[in-house]
Parts: sequence; C-alpha cells; structure tokens
Amino acid sequence: MNHIVCIAYVPDTETKIRIAAGGVSIDEADVKWIVSPYDEYALEGALQMKEAKGGTVTALTFGPARADTGLRECLARGADDAIRIASEGLGEVDSLGVARLLAGAIKALPHDVVWMGNKGVGTDAQVLVPMLAELLDLPHVNLVTKLEWKDGAVLAYREIEGAREIVEMPLPGVIGATKGLNEPRYASLKGIMAAKKKAIAVKTPADAGVDPVTVAGEAAHVRWTKLELPPARQAVKLVPGDDPAKAATELLRLLRDEAKVL
Amino acid sequence: MKSLFEDLRTEEQRALAETVRRFVSAELRPYLAVSPPDEFPRRLFSRLCAMGLGGIPFPAEYGGGGADYATYALVLEELAVAGGALAGTLSVHGLPQLILSRYGTEEQRRRYLPRLASGELLGAFALTEPETGSDAAAIATRAAADGDGFLISGNKAWITHSTVADLFVVFARTGEREISAFLVEKTAPGLTPLPPERKMGLRRSPTGGLSLAGVRVPAGALVGRPGDGLGIALAALDSGRITIGALAVGLCRGALDAALGYVRTRKAFGRPLEKNDVVRARLAEMAARTEAAAALVREAARLRDSDRPFSAAAAAAKLVATDTALFVTAEAVQLCGATGVSEEFPAIHLFNDAKIAQIVEGANDVQRMVLARALLS
Ligand SMILES: Cc1cc2nc3c(=O)[nH]c(=O)nc-3n(C[C@H](O)[C@H](O)[C@H](O)COP(=O)(O)OP(=O)(O)OC[C@H]3O[C@@H](n4cnc5c(N)ncnc54)[C@H](O)[C@@H]3O)c2cc1C
Ligand SMILES: Cc1cc2nc3c(=O)[nH]c(=O)nc-3n(C[C@H](O)[C@H](O)[C@H](O)COP(=O)(O)OP(=O)(O)OC[C@H]3O[C@@H](n4cnc5c(N)ncnc54)[C@H](O)[C@@H]3O)c2cc1C
Repeated sequence: MNHIVCIAYVPDTETKIRIAAGGVSIDEADVKWIVSPYDEYALEGALQMKEAKGGTVTALTFGPARADTGLRECLARGADDAIRIASEGLGEVDSLGVARLLAGAIKALPHDVVWMGNKGVGTDAQVLVPMLAELLDLPHVNLVTKLEWKDGAVLAYREIEGAREIVEMPLPGVIGATKGLNEPRYASLKGIMAAKKKAIAVKTPADAGVDPVTVAGEAAHVRWTKLELPPARQAVKLVPGDDPAKAATELLRLLRDEAKVL
Repeated sequence: MKSLFEDLRTEEQRALAETVRRFVSAELRPYLAVSPPDEFPRRLFSRLCAMGLGGIPFPAEYGGGGADYATYALVLEELAVAGGALAGTLSVHGLPQLILSRYGTEEQRRRYLPRLASGELLGAFALTEPETGSDAAAIATRAAADGDGFLISGNKAWITHSTVADLFVVFARTGEREISAFLVEKTAPGLTPLPPERKMGLRRSPTGGLSLAGVRVPAGALVGRPGDGLGIALAALDSGRITIGALAVGLCRGALDAALGYVRTRKAFGRPLEKNDVVRARLAEMAARTEAAAALVREAARLRDSDRPFSAAAAAAKLVATDTALFVTAEAVQLCGATGVSEEFPAIHLFNDAKIAQIVEGANDVQRMVLARALLS
C-alpha cells in the first residue's frame, strides 16, 4: 500500500507567541517549529501499516523552506520520500487553497491511504480532512483513535460523545488521525543518518496543477483580519479561613455565582 | 541552555539533539519526578536503545550506531541536562562495547555486541577494588588457569551496574606482573553483587561491590591475550573520559537552566533577581565556562574521531569539564538560595552528580598526572 502523509510544520505549542506588526500574523522570529503533533499520529499510523504490510510512505507538506526540517524528521522516522510544495512568495493561502495544492500533488502519486492530523496545531481550523477528501473524490473518516485493517477497507474507531463509533471505509480513502491512535516513535540514530541521504522534492504550485493566483491573496475565501492574544490569566484566588467546611461552602458559592461553572 | 555553538552542529547532529531533548522532556523528566530516587531506569535505558542509542560509536555491522564520538558525546550531554545517571549508564555500557569492538574475537563480538547495542544486555566494567582504585596495576583479583578455562577469585568495589548488569568485563591478575580481561556473565556461579553503596549522587545508577568466589569462565572469556588487561582497561578509560566530560557539560547546562528559571521569577530588593547585576555577572560566568568546557570536550572527541592519539586531550577535557561542572552547579545552587539546597529541585542533584564526575573514570588528580606526563615526556 502507498501511504501519503500530509504534514504541517507549525510553531511549537510551548513557543511564546507574539503578534507581528500589522496585527494579522505572528512574529516568526524566535519561533521554534515542529511537525504538528496530530500529524505525528498520522505518520506513525502510516509507518506501522507499512511495516506490517509493505508499501511506501511519502511525507507531503505545503510550506516554506524551513519546513524541510520537518520533512527530514519524517524521513528520519521512516518515511521513504518527502515532497514540499513551496509556499514562498504566495502570501496568505486559506485552508481550501492548501487542500487544493495538496490534492493536486497527491493526484500525481499512487495513493491507497492519505493520512492527516485531524487539525493543525496553531490554526486549528479542522477542515482540511473533509476538504481534501472531497477534492480527491475519496471517502474520509476523521478523529480516528484506532484502526483495524481489512481487505480493501479499514475499520476506524472514533470517540463520540458518550459512545464509540466504528466506521468501515473502503480504500483508497483519507484518514484524520488524532491523539490516542498510537504513540509516535522517536527518530532513531540510524534513521537520522539515513535521512541525510534522502532527497526532498520541492515542487511549485504549478507542479501541483494549481495556478497560484487562484488560491493566494485576494483569491483566498478566508482571510485573517486581526489577531489578538488571549487575555492574561487572572491571579489565583485563595479562599481564606481555618474552617475547612466553611471554606468549601465559600468555594462552592464562588464557583456557582462568580465563575458560573456549576 | 542551548549551546552558543548550536549553529556549528550538522543538520543530523541538530536533529539528534532535538530528538534526545524530546525524550528528556517527555519521558526522562516525568520519570524522575515520580520514581524512587534509587531506582535503576532500565525501561528508559531500553527506550534509548530502541532509538539506536545503545551503542552509538560502535560498528554498525555488530548492531552499533556506526557514528562518531562527537555524536556520542552530544547525546550524553543532552541526556545529562536532567541529571547524570542515565548518561552515566550509557557511558559505562559503552566500555564493554569498546573493549569487545577493539580487542574481542569475531566470535565474542558476534555473541555480545548486537545484544549490548539493542539493550538486551546491560554492560559493566569491573576494575576498581576495595584496596585499589587509581592505581589500577595494583589489583589483587586473580584468575588461575583451570583446565581449559580460568577460575576468578577476588573482590571488586564501586562497580557501576553491579546489581543490574548482564555482562561484566572483569580485570584480574593472571601472573605476578600480568593483568588480563575477562567476560563474565551475571549468571556465572560464584559471582555475587553486594548491596549497592548509598551515595550522594548518580543514585539511579547502582554502584557496588562484587564478590568473585572461584568464578569459572571458559577460555573463550579471555579478551585479548593474557597480559593485555591493563592496556585494555586504560584504553577504555581514555575514551570513557570524553563521555564523562560530555556528561559534565550536560550537568552545567542543566544547572544554568535551573538558575535562569529561578532568577527570572524570584524578586528581591524590589526587582526580579534577573535585573541584579551581581546575579547577571554570575550567570555570564557560568555560561562562558560551560562553553569553554564544551568546546574542549568536542575537540577531544574530534581528535579521537580523526584517529589521532587523544589520551592527553581526553584527560584535559575530563578534568576541565568536571571541575567546571562543580563550579557551575555550585553557582546554580547559590543563585537559587534555599530552594537550591532542596531535594525537590534539580540544582542540588546536579551538584552532587558533578562532584562524583570529578572522581569516576580516573580521579581528576589522575587526569593531572596523565596530562603532566604527556607534557614532560
Ligand atoms: C559512582 C561511581 C561509579 C564508579 N563506577 C566504576 C565502575 O563502573 N568500574 C570501576 O572499575 N570503578 C568504578 N568506580 C571507581 C572509580 O573509578 C574510582 O573511585 C576512582 O578510580 C578513584 O579510585 P579510588 O576511589 O580508589 O580513590 P583512590 O585511588 O584512593 O584515590 C583517592 C584520591 O587520592 C588522590 N590520588 C590518587 N592517586 C593519585 C595520583 N597518582 N596522583 C595524585 N593524586 C592521586 C586523588 O585525589 C584521588 O581522588 C566508580 C566510582 C564511583 C564513585
Ligand atoms: C538549611 C536552611 C536553614 C534556614 N534557616 C532559616 C531560619 O531559621 N530562619 C530564617 O528566617 N531563614 C532561614 N533560612 C533561609 C535563609 O536565610 C535564606 O535562604 C537566605 O537568606 C537566602 O534567601 P533566599 O533563599 O530567599 O534566596 P534569594 O533571596 O532568592 O536569593 C537567591 C540568590 O540570589 C542572589 N542574590 C539575592 N539578592 C542579591 C543581591 N542583592 N545582590 C546580589 N545577589 C543577590 C544570591 O546569589 C542568592 O544566593 C534557612 C535556609 C536554609 C537553607
């Protein structure tokens, strides 16, 4: 089976985010970039399948040159190939644009399973999985926490409110991975050394069959108009008193009347 | 604190350092926070081996990583940021691998190296004895010819992994002026580990005595020729010194991180400690000395990697890096005030490990002796 794993290279969740001048983007200086953690579950799922049944794993991203480091990490963990659709000079591209670029590249590759994280850390739009599946005319199953493989199909387990849903999806198809699916491996020393020798194929949007003017800038359907940092967290409120029973009652009152969480 | 010279690392070295950092924050630190302080982290050791880090600089054809010492040192440095024990384990585990790679027969290598690299076996190095440490030539343990094998009798002391190792390289006297090296499996009848020492630092790495009461080993357990033992031990220690130097640099970085964390949040005399010039000067001094030690360790590793004689350089690197670690960790304890001496915080543990690093793999006065000998020869 041939696996394509779509990778987003995003700011580390522990990075301190600052808003850049202009107010519609983040200041990228000093940001540490990582492969989006949800994509790590996707990659691990693909690698495990490849190890069990053979085939190839290709890591695919749309992004600037720094994303090569993320692709290299995927190669070090065991991906066979890596492709980057270069985003340089394009300006802002919305989720649909990204989906079109990824779909264009994927169409040119043999693919049985297309893997993604259910969302990209940072933008958290959570729309790419269905968009990409529609554009590829493939079925999809999202927020998957467990998989069982059958002939020509896959049983995907999804946690839904109060229950677990089991979906059978024929292949080829798109899988949106989420936390719980597996425990992503570390790159091994051998993998890191071997990744050095693998090439990253850099493509243009045109290579993916997409005219940049149809996805970027004014063509984007969704544009950021303003970014704001969340308000600073309020100071901790201590409930004073020597009598635990009284303090507990006061705490309950505060939770009900002030915090309104009860 | 990341190295000021991070940018000089190759892309692979950076990727590897990043991977180890992830391991440290996702697995090692959480483990250290909840586990008993004397527990040997065998599971984490196995995890490292699964990442291909169980035999970094040893030949790939026997399951090793086939990488250089600079890479090995880098991994040990990154691991030791959270404390010296696990890095110390990888360092000591490397000694039997080094000895087998360089002096073992083909059969010995095939039998042990792949299982050491994979972590199935944990290695140990048994030289020191109750009556002698620095003066390795004075060991009293004897190996007498016995049929087609040897009978080893004596006592070892201060042996890392004494209670948890699967394979020991044991040094014993095979003649009046002759020391030889033997492979002894933990199951060998007559081999008994004594209760581990209760020590100030590196507590998660058990260290203790071994009683060898007529331990019979086959002829195939001899490594090298009879009489090669002292040379083998000293050669292993030469390389080991680079690893202890790297470990010490990691302790420095961990201590600097602890101090930076404290002074950023602590207020005294109406402002954060980080705004205090005395504090800032101390931090700068700690960072500068750390980088100097790190550079020396890197250069010693590079020298070894280029197949040049490196014994004096390794002695210098071990001496400077561990002395620097004691200085930097002591400064970190000081800068953290009373918090610095609390066992709930990392500074004092790093300090304790640094003190021990000055003694293992040859006490620092022995490094001075080695270095002076090279200067005056
Ligand atoms: C945590 C830990 C782990 C260890 N792990 C191992 C292990 O795995 N395998 C193993 O074989 N050993 C191990 N050791 C032992 C270690 O190698 C010895 O402690 C070390 O070599 C010093 O020997 P010693 O303790 O006998 O000190 P001594 O030889 O008694 O020396 C004491 C001090 O005297 C001074 N001194 C000694 N000789 C000289 C000299 N020639 N010139 C100037 N000054 C000198 C030094 O200041 C030295 O510190 C370990 C020790 C510790 C603490
Ligand atoms: C075992 C023990 C027993 C103790 N017993 C008592 C006790 O009985 N009663 C009691 O009241 N307290 C006691 N203490 C607390 C002790 O007095 C304080 O730890 C000490 O005054 C340092 O304060 P701190 O820990 O808050 O460090 P901080 O004030 O946070 O200072 C941390 C470090 O910052 C630096 N620093 C701080 N201010 C300056 C400055 N102005 N210029 C330059 N550098 C600066 C120093 O390097 C200092 O070490 C005890 C502490 C210990 C460890």
